[in-house]
Formats: sequence, structure tokens, C-alpha cells
Amino acid sequence: MIEFVQHLVNGLSLGAIYALIALGYTMVFGILQLINFAHGDVYMLGAFIGMYTSRAFHLADHPSVWALLLILFTAMTGCAIVGFLIERIAYRPLRKSPRINLLITAVGVSLFLEFSGQLVFGADPKFFPQVFSINADFSFGELKINPLQVLVFGISITLMTILQTIIYKTRAGRAMRAASFSHDLASLMGIPTDRVISFTFMLGSALAGAAGVLVGLIYPKIEPLMGSMPGLKAFVAAVLGGIGNVTGAVVGALILGLSESFLVGYGYPTFRDALAFALLILILLFKPTGLFGSKRTEKV
Amino acid sequence: MSHGLKTLWPWLAAVAGVAVFHFLLTDRLDPYYFTILMYAGINATLAVSLNLVCGFTGQFSMGHAGFMSVGGYVSAYITTLIAASHPNWIDDPNIAPTVFACVLMIAGIASAIMGYLVGLPSLRLRGDYLAIVTLGFGEIIRVIVLNVDAIGGARGMPNIPALSGFGWVFGILVLTIFVTWRLIHSRQGREFLAVREDEIAAEAMGVNTTSAKVRAFATGAFFAGVSGALFAHYLRYLNPQTFDFNRSFEVIIMVVLGGLGSLTGSVVAAFFLTILKELLRPLQELTKLDFRMVIYSALLIVLMLTRPNGLFGTKEITSYFKGKFGKGDSA
Repeated sequence: MIEFVQHLVNGLSLGAIYALIALGYTMVFGILQLINFAHGDVYMLGAFIGMYTSRAFHLADHPSVWALLLILFTAMTGCAIVGFLIERIAYRPLRKSPRINLLITAVGVSLFLEFSGQLVFGADPKFFPQVFSINADFSFGELKINPLQVLVFGISITLMTILQTIIYKTRAGRAMRAASFSHDLASLMGIPTDRVISFTFMLGSALAGAAGVLVGLIYPKIEPLMGSMPGLKAFVAAVLGGIGNVTGAVVGALILGLSESFLVGYGYPTFRDALAFALLILILLFKPTGLFGSKRTEKV
Repeated sequence: MSHGLKTLWPWLAAVAGVAVFHFLLTDRLDPYYFTILMYAGINATLAVSLNLVCGFTGQFSMGHAGFMSVGGYVSAYITTLIAASHPNWIDDPNIAPTVFACVLMIAGIASAIMGYLVGLPSLRLRGDYLAIVTLGFGEIIRVIVLNVDAIGGARGMPNIPALSGFGWVFGILVLTIFVTWRLIHSRQGREFLAVREDEIAAEAMGVNTTSAKVRAFATGAFFAGVSGALFAHYLRYLNPQTFDFNRSFEVIIMVVLGGLGSLTGSVVAAFFLTILKELLRPLQELTKLDFRMVIYSALLIVLMLTRPNGLFGTKEITSYFKGKFGKGDSA
């Protein structure tokens, strides 16, 4: 029982991180129908921006909540800028070209970030500074919970609530929803679609940047290729929940995080990376629209 | 009849050329250059088979190395078994080619079956899913190979009989181009092209789009498996690391650089990039940094932004040739 709860907690904090990444995938897919392969690498950049910020200000010497908030802020801002640039330079010129070209470009951007990351940061893993630490574990009898995991879960939920408010309560959010319904109709209504798309990329990338920092807190080993696997898994999570659907992405990510944590916990760690893809194939076979997705009819 | 001969003679000339070069080059060319030449031939086969999927059917597959490894491991497993039980089948120069041809066939079929299984769920939907599923498939294959001890696991698989050679590699290359060429000029191929141009319109014209995509994909996987077998029996050693994502990506960039939908373009790009990789090797050793993937990925982005059709677009080199001499026949 204790073991079960332990895996449950691990799964939830892992799922929360996947959720932050999956949200960016699902929003970009909703508005552009593009799988932004580079999204996982934006998450990697978030972790590295966090690391360099903390080195620059020597934040690891005085761990505190403010230090954590500062690196969260810089990582999110930095990633938002990166997301903006990616969309502006690589995707916008291809708005009217065939989808396969856009997809190839996305893969190109992803690999470019990964391997130039290897050149700039070095290929060997780096240690993510401990900018925030709580020494005592929360313990309930035999059950010990790492407070960082609770913190990560809390921050993720807060960010997702903010995102939900932006999407459903603000003008910018309404513009995003309109643009994802139809670019042409939205622009006829006076919505600057290009700007809305930029905004969506920045929002999604900021969340990925936050995920990068949070992952650094729990698993403090970061490297330039760390983004590709979680990125793909987050995409699977988004498909599981119904791609283009914000709530679906969160639920899908939590399901994926939990099932991965139980798989590892109950003795099949080598199949961890295969699980997500097996899940993906099953969803595509039986319910391609995902758990919450609605069927879109394709128009000519 | 005369028409048949007229379209066949370039292929016969190519086969004759392969035979001549086989006897000219084998054991005479410097081994280093010979190896590069062999890799270029294998890469060209891979690129042509991927072009059938990406260029002619418009589906984006990122797991070509996975199919290559299926073919490579299946064939290597069979030939090592044969070498253990019937060594004379491998050693006797009269029997070995027949055995190897059968093994190549089996490798191709095994890959094609995997292609069918992977392609069917993802190809029912729009192309983007195929990219992710094939990428995942490549990873799954690698994990499986790592965990199966009979084929060496992480240690790799040594002592594969040396059956492949210049004639095999380039003969298969010519065969692959021939089959792909004939295929895209058949009724089947017209369906592939229709799917690439507009899936909805193709469906409205009565093309079973899922079936067309799966057929193209399985055919591509077949030739990837065959080239994997050629690779295994030339290098004589297989390692799961050889078939990682970077390998798939190399093939993609060959296809894109040569032009999505240009067979000759794929061949030229495959030779160019294989040789470029060797030329970059000193630079890499000097700086201790791996620039190759950075250059490839930047090249891919720049190509897509400035010349999305690649070097040759959907044209073949022969069409420039024809245009020049004014024979202008719309092929």
C-alpha cells in the first residue's frame, strides 16, 4: 500500500511536468495543425537558461523561494522569446506550403536546437543547481513524500490555472480560440491571426520553460538531448487526451505519468520508453480522436 | 515490342555497367574508397525507397533506420545459422549467391510486414501521426534488439558471413530504382501521386487512400530491409546503435536535398552526403566537435525555406537531358 502511494506521488509529479509540455503541443496543434517537434527542445533550453541564471546570480548559495521564482521567470521569458523566434523564422514563411514541408522544418528545428545545444553547452550532463531545498521529508507513518515533488505539482497546477484563465477569460484567449476555429474567419473578424499565433507559441514555450526548471529541481541532471524523449511523450499525452483540447492534454499527461511510474515501480524499467509509443498505437487504432477530442470534419 | 525495348535499354545498360564495374573495382580499388562507395550505394537504395514514401506518396516516415535494422538482423540471424549448420552453402561460390538472394528476399519481406503493422494504424489518419509512430517504432525496435540475447543485445552481432559485394549493392540499387520507377508509372503509382497531391480529392475519385499509403509504405520498408541486409553482410557486424534516429534522419535529408519526388536526385544526394561526411571527418577530429548534425539540420531548414523542392524538385536528371536535346517527351 505504502509502495503504491509512493508510485502514485511519483507519477503525479512526473505527469504534471508532461502536462506543462503537452499543453504547448496541444495549443500549437489546435491553432496551426502542426506538430511542433522543437517543443521538447524548448523545454531543454528552459532547464539550461535556469541553470545559467542561477550561476550568474549565485542563487545556489542562498536557496530560497525567491531564487526559484527568479529562475522560473527568466526561463519562461527566455523560452517565450525562443518560441517566438522559431515561429517567426522557421514556420511563418511556410504558412501556405504543403504540410510535409512544415513537418520537415519542425524536425530540422528540433535537431538544430539539440545539436547546437551540444556544441554550446557541451554534450556531457550538467548538474542543475539546488536553488530551493527543504531538508525534511513530509512523512506520514512509513510514507515519505519528497516535498519538492509536492512543490512541482503545486507550481504546475498554478500555471495551468493561469493558462486556463488566459484562454477562457481574456480577449487574447478568445482570439486564440477563434483563430484555431478558422484562420480566415478570424481574420475577417479583425483578429490579427499572425500575432495570435505568435502569442500561442510564446505561451506554450513559456510553459515548456517552466517544465524544464521544475524537472531540474527533481532530477538535477540536464543535457542537450534531454528534451527529445519527454517531448515525444508529451505529444503522446496530448493525443491521448484529444489533440487540440487543453483539458485533455492535462488528463492525458497525468495518465501517462502514472502508468509510467507504475511500470517502472513494478519492475519493467527497460520498457519505460516503449510504453508511450505502444499507448499511441493503441489510441490511434481504437480512438484516434483521443479521450476528449471532438471529430473534426476535413473540409476541401 | 520495340517500345518495350526502347524503355528497357537504359536499365540493361545500367546492369551491364554494374557488372563491368564489379569486375573492375572489386579488390582493386583502395579499401577505404571502396567502403565509401559501398555505403553510398546502400544509402542511395535507402533514399530511393524513402522517396517512394515521402516524395511520391507525401507521407513523412522517420523510422527508416528501424526497417533497415529489421532487415539487417533477420538476414544476419539466418545466415549465421546457415553458416553454422551448412557451411558449404556460404563457402561454395556456386550456391552462395542463390542463398544470399533468398535471404535478401526474406529480409525485405520481414521488413515489409513490420511496415504493414506499423503503417496500418497510423496511415488511416493524417500524415503527422505517421511521423511520430515511425519515430517511436525505431526506438521500440532498438529497445527490443538491446534485450534479445540471441542477436547479441547491446554487444552487437559479430561474424556475419561476408556475402555482400559491389555487384549486389549496386545491382539492388538499380533494381530498386527500376521497381520504383515502374511502380510510379503504373496505376498504383498514380494513386500514390493522387494521395500526395490532395488526399480528399483522391478519395473522391475512388482511390482507397489508406490502402495506397500502406502499400507505398510497405514497399519502402521492403527495400529498406534489403539494404539493411546488404549493409549487415558487408560490414559483417551489427550494433543497435548503428540504427538510431540519426541514421533515419540522414536518409531523410538525402531525400529532401535531392528533391521529394526525384529518384535520380535521391541517388545524387545520397552519394554527395556520404562523401561529404567523409570529407568533414578531419575537421571533426581537429575540433573534437560533431558539426555534422548541426550542418544537416540547418541545411534542412534553409532548404525548406528557400528551395522546398530540393535540388531537382520532382524532375529527374534525364528530363534536363531530354530538354537540352529537344526530344521533349512528357514523361
